[in-house]
Amino acid sequence: MRPRIQLLTPELIGRILCEAFELLMSPGVRVGSAPVVALLRSAGIEVNDGVARVPESQARNCLASAPRDFYLYNRQGEKAVHYGGDDVHFDPGSCCVQMLDPDTLEARPSETRDLVRLIQVTETLPQFAAQSTAVVCNDAPSAIGDLYRLLVVLQYSHKPVVTGSFSAAGLQGMIDLLAADSGSRDNLRKKPRAVFDVCPSPPLNWSEFASHNLLDLARAGVPAEIVSMPLAGGTAPVTLAGSVTQHAAEVLAGITLHQLAAPGSPVVWGGAPAIFDMRTAGAPMGAVETAMLNMACAEVGKHLGLPTHGYLVATDSKFVDAQAGAESARSAMLGALTGINMISGAGMLESLACHSVEKLVIDAESIASAYRLVRGVEMRGETLATAMFAQTGLSGEFLKLKETRALFRQEQHLPSPVIDRNAPGSEPLSDAFTRARDRVNELVSMYQKPSLPEDVLRKFQSIVEREADRAGVASALHGK
Amino acid sequence: MCGGAQFLDSGPEYNSCLVSLIPGLICVGGSLSDQLFQAMRQSIIDGASDTATQLAQQALANGVDPIEAVNQGFAAGITFAGDQFGCGQMFLPDLLASAEAIKAAINILEPEMLKRGSQREALGKIILGTARGDIHDIGKNLVATILSASGFQIFDLGTSVTPEQFVAKAKEVDADIVGISALLTTTMAGQKAVIEALDRNGLRPRVKAIIGGAAVTQKWAAEIGADGYSRNAIGALELAKNLMSKVMNKGTA
Ligand code: B12
Repeated sequence: MRPRIQLLTPELIGRILCEAFELLMSPGVRVGSAPVVALLRSAGIEVNDGVARVPESQARNCLASAPRDFYLYNRQGEKAVHYGGDDVHFDPGSCCVQMLDPDTLEARPSETRDLVRLIQVTETLPQFAAQSTAVVCNDAPSAIGDLYRLLVVLQYSHKPVVTGSFSAAGLQGMIDLLAADSGSRDNLRKKPRAVFDVCPSPPLNWSEFASHNLLDLARAGVPAEIVSMPLAGGTAPVTLAGSVTQHAAEVLAGITLHQLAAPGSPVVWGGAPAIFDMRTAGAPMGAVETAMLNMACAEVGKHLGLPTHGYLVATDSKFVDAQAGAESARSAMLGALTGINMISGAGMLESLACHSVEKLVIDAESIASAYRLVRGVEMRGETLATAMFAQTGLSGEFLKLKETRALFRQEQHLPSPVIDRNAPGSEPLSDAFTRARDRVNELVSMYQKPSLPEDVLRKFQSIVEREADRAGVASALHGK
Repeated sequence: MCGGAQFLDSGPEYNSCLVSLIPGLICVGGSLSDQLFQAMRQSIIDGASDTATQLAQQALANGVDPIEAVNQGFAAGITFAGDQFGCGQMFLPDLLASAEAIKAAINILEPEMLKRGSQREALGKIILGTARGDIHDIGKNLVATILSASGFQIFDLGTSVTPEQFVAKAKEVDADIVGISALLTTTMAGQKAVIEALDRNGLRPRVKAIIGGAAVTQKWAAEIGADGYSRNAIGALELAKNLMSKVMNKGTA
């Protein structure tokens, strides 16, 4: 039996959806732009003063056309991530603006070299099914910062990518990059390599930028991950159940827009819900209640039969310390036990503001443990113990059994040297951070950069030049 | 439902106990107006708008100078609340209730202040907004709450504010300080644009420009010629007070 955890009863999920549909009618949903209003009206949805009232029947129709599952593909065109069912995948957190320097222990503005290091480590770790555009590169022109991050990931990785754009205009360039990577827009639609995070603004507001991204993604057939982020008590009801309800309403509204634009286009019931810190107004990503919100939101999505996503494995600590380890490991377990399809956030410090490669390799160990946990206690062979005792009697010589040799690798997860188990050859008196630093260096030295065909690189180059022109920045970006 | 370990609930409400235990705030004896001021302070700390309103009315009925009522009573309460928030002893919902309560009291006292020609001086006029394209407003709102509770007059232009809007408002209200919040690396350029627009319109150096947001650093502040930056709302308050003393000194020099 696969172990799982369930926070919401079926009755409570019913109640959450019922109130979420009510919210879609009253107070309704703020919608930012003329094309969105036009699309809603053409479907018979009333929009007054920028507020749409979405009837349950309409939202339900759109839910019905949203796919139950889909795949992300790697550069080789193989299925690499299954969004659907109880499959669980992890990717590093996205979009940090700072990087923890492992030598000075200072957070400094992140740069291209940091993104490259994060990609290299993520590429080598099987715990991460996907890459993310993990940090903003402060050494590149910010006007095309979103495109630039994706360019770097595509040049350095084979894995699928979780990404997002910073503006309505920027999205097309990013889709073009992916299409160049896949060969064509049509190939990209058939075998998408990336999923884009799109965030409504709490409460119940689909801004112009976010809704345009949603429609453009739907029409391009590139998966959209709706990352609703109610902050319980600050931008959403203070109760966990109330925030889950608002989350459901925001995502339902997003799915409605998305499916009206292109029925059947892939979309994810995602989120980064958190509680609201009443002393600092911050969003404590490592709080257990934040994990509970992510779990509960995903449970609602699973109930509707949709692919799911959440933001976990992150911490509020500024250092890779005991707090970081405790918060990240606990939420990795909880997310896996919930069966969330894509769990973003590993590597992140300081409430999503700062990244650390050292934290990423420690989180990878927590993730491996979480995967082990959800495999559960398995039945292997005809009997549990009696057949083995028939061989050993009371001698206790289990080490000699062929079963032991055959099965221990499946039964036990063998951690990397990041985890201190006094393994032979390990530094006897080092701490996890020191070991993580060594491990990062080791993984970086194992990493191999993919070699991309010349014509793809040329296409990348011309897209970047075009987008740089559009954004009014000089392009001198290539050849990294 | 899933069973599992039972966790201890967090302890009693330390916060409210603490507030009523602050020495000097529980007044025993003293003159009638002392007692009244005391009650006023406590009403703000408790975030009790109704009580604050009643006390303001009572002050007017008793002929208490409204300026005195504010300075010795209500404002002392909000200063205390702000300090408690600053050291993590008071929580945002409480602070917001305190801010509402003082607003309610001042509303009652204002007509009498106007009649006596004794308007309470604001510490300074501050314009706040988030940079163009940025909808992150939680930090900006917190800064606005703290500054306004501490006696600054705040003009909050909301989110995604253009440089032209900042400039127009600064001219309109004769602002002392313009504060621009930006959380995205893409919108930080907007902070620079606002400062340039203030310069172009000849508003600086009289009008000070301050900035903040998750990715903002001292280095960035220096690079774009901002007059200050802060990592949090309490720091923003100190910054604004410091800048005001510079504004004042210039005014009298
Ligand atoms: C909550 C949040 C959101 C909410 C915002 C809700 C709201 N109404 O504000 C929502 C979900 C809408 C959101 C949307 C997006 N977000 Co956001 N968000 C955050 C998050 C987690 C917390 C921000 C916050 O509220 N902090 C708490 C407050 C109290 O802190 P603060 O804002 O820093 O303010 C304090 C100080 O900075 C200072 N201060 C602030 N302003 C000022 C002004 C002055 C004058 C002074 C003196 C001081 C000062 O005092 C404040 C109080 O202490 C941050 C991560 C982080 N830790 O910062 C990401 C973050 C800022 N977002 C990020 C991103 C990418 C986005 C999106 C682009 C996502 C997307 N693809 O759609 C959109 C952008 C929308 C837009 N155009 O603005 C990135 C930024 C990366 C980058 N490129 O710069 C971050 C870093 C997270 C991440 N790693 O992805 N986000």
